Amino acid sequence: MAKTLTTRLRDLARRPELGALAGTVIVYVFFSIYGGADFTALGGLSAWANIAAELLIISLPVGLLMIAGEFDLSVGSVVAGSSVTLALVSGYYGLPLIVGIIAALSLGLLSGFLNGLMVTRTKVPSFIVTLAMQFGLAGLTLGLVRLITGTTSIRLDGESWLKDVFGGKFDNQFENAIFWAIGAAILVTWVLQVSNYGNWIFALGGDIVSARAAGVPVEKTKIALFMSTGLGASIVGVIQALLYNGTSTGGGQSFVFNSVIAVVIGGVLLTGGYGSVLGIVLGTCTFAIVNQGVYYTGWDSDWAALILGILLLAAVLMNNTFRRLALSGGKKEVKKND
Amino acid sequence: MTKRTGTPILSLKNVSKVFAGYRALNDVSLEVYPGQVLCLLGDNGAGKSTLIKVLAGFHEPTSGSLEVNGAPANFKSPKDASNAGIATVHQFGGTFPLMSIGRSFFVGAEPTKGWGPFKRFDKKFANETAVREMQALGITRVTDGDRLIGGLSGGERQAAAIARAVHFGANVLILDEPTAALGVKEAAHVLRIVMQARNKGVAVILVTHNVSHALTVGDHFAVLIHGSKADDFAKGERTREQITDLMAGGEAMAELEKELNTLTGSVEKIN
Repeated sequence: MAKTLTTRLRDLARRPELGALAGTVIVYVFFSIYGGADFTALGGLSAWANIAAELLIISLPVGLLMIAGEFDLSVGSVVAGSSVTLALVSGYYGLPLIVGIIAALSLGLLSGFLNGLMVTRTKVPSFIVTLAMQFGLAGLTLGLVRLITGTTSIRLDGESWLKDVFGGKFDNQFENAIFWAIGAAILVTWVLQVSNYGNWIFALGGDIVSARAAGVPVEKTKIALFMSTGLGASIVGVIQALLYNGTSTGGGQSFVFNSVIAVVIGGVLLTGGYGSVLGIVLGTCTFAIVNQGVYYTGWDSDWAALILGILLLAAVLMNNTFRRLALSGGKKEVKKND
Repeated sequence: MTKRTGTPILSLKNVSKVFAGYRALNDVSLEVYPGQVLCLLGDNGAGKSTLIKVLAGFHEPTSGSLEVNGAPANFKSPKDASNAGIATVHQFGGTFPLMSIGRSFFVGAEPTKGWGPFKRFDKKFANETAVREMQALGITRVTDGDRLIGGLSGGERQAAAIARAVHFGANVLILDEPTAALGVKEAAHVLRIVMQARNKGVAVILVTHNVSHALTVGDHFAVLIHGSKADDFAKGERTREQITDLMAGGEAMAELEKELNTLTGSVEKIN
């Protein structure tokens, strides 16, 4: 089963990660040219690496879920809700930080569990279920906080080693979130590409009826994946609350669309069944480079949204082309061999 | 004449299935023997799909019973049926287009290596086994287990699914319209694989509405009409014409042909 170099190169060219890598390189070179030395310096690096790290903690599980054929549009409210929970428990009520953090992470796990339960029990598309959760949780958070504190922003002071673990910085500019992101990437690589759970995730997105018939625990796997997006979002909520010494109820909403953009640019198919951790990491970096790079060019930051829109469209078209090629590859080769 | 001796590996006794007042299956009895191909014939809507869903554990019969090797069986789920050695392969292979051959072969039964928290998917074993099993069924073009299932031809995908079922010890193989979406050459290839499975002692239930394909590989035949078994016969007991007429509803077909004749007649008059 030895592969020739040409076969290897052909296999490589067929991988959608190559497109994701090209995207990252192109935007990096682009902003290196127009953003100048400040962008390529440590300051520029930290600017986009911090954005990428926080986003990656969410986009990795969102990517897993998309590979399994589902969406999670509730991550924005989970980020807001969990950071508010932490601020409320440890800031407003003054309980130890550890209690607040556990409460915040529990909120993420619980909302993910509810999303998963509703999707698997009712068969309502996850797009709708999680959108309902996004709005419902946002309203609940806002309503409760206003009821309890009479305001919409809560301070969270006090020093603790936990504050440093989640919301600290190193070299005065790099967030410790980067370590969390690296940890998440290693963990998700293990789950998706090394352990046998990865096979279940791909199979769910590929053909759920066959997966069920083959003995994959469909409901449990889906609920676990929704809980992982909830956990990822609540970790980011904790990081932000500790980083900014408090929170306001409106924060975090941008993660909903940003995570989808990052995952799709990373070559994960919207229809499920295909994707990789490397792709998601590259897509997330591309997003962060464009998002921050634009500030170094001196142009209006509105242009970043335009670039991201174009990148997203290009990525979807490229992913669809890849899908078509992958599904028709056999026919072409039959003709060649005949 | 095929021998119908010994215990049937799977038998249905007076099985009916009613969906909300609609009788999809009506008092159907069937027997399947190891090393034989039973062809299940019938027009669209005749109840073939319902019947195989009962056999595969997706539906429980409303009345009647199932027996596996002579012992009563009660399938509550597809898992129960597959534990009893019954495997279903669907029209498009039921496999995962964007997964590699090795990965898709082992969905739900992943081979692992290492222990405890270090237990991981054994990709090398999965790829090698999948390729070996497919080659054993005559698919020699497939040599790389990393290739995507979607890159295979329709016949090769069927072969992958059949190889998978045989590998996991299926002794009853239900093939749902395996040749319907295939070209002539590919269909012949799939039929050859059906014969290979049969020669291994597997009982094959081949669902089709293609009489030629059925006659090529079938040992025994059952024809369904409106949910009831209209006929049940061994190889050589009926002609192709008899079977076609029966499948289309007998008299109705003769009337249709007569009507077509009058139509073509009137066209000739115009000319």
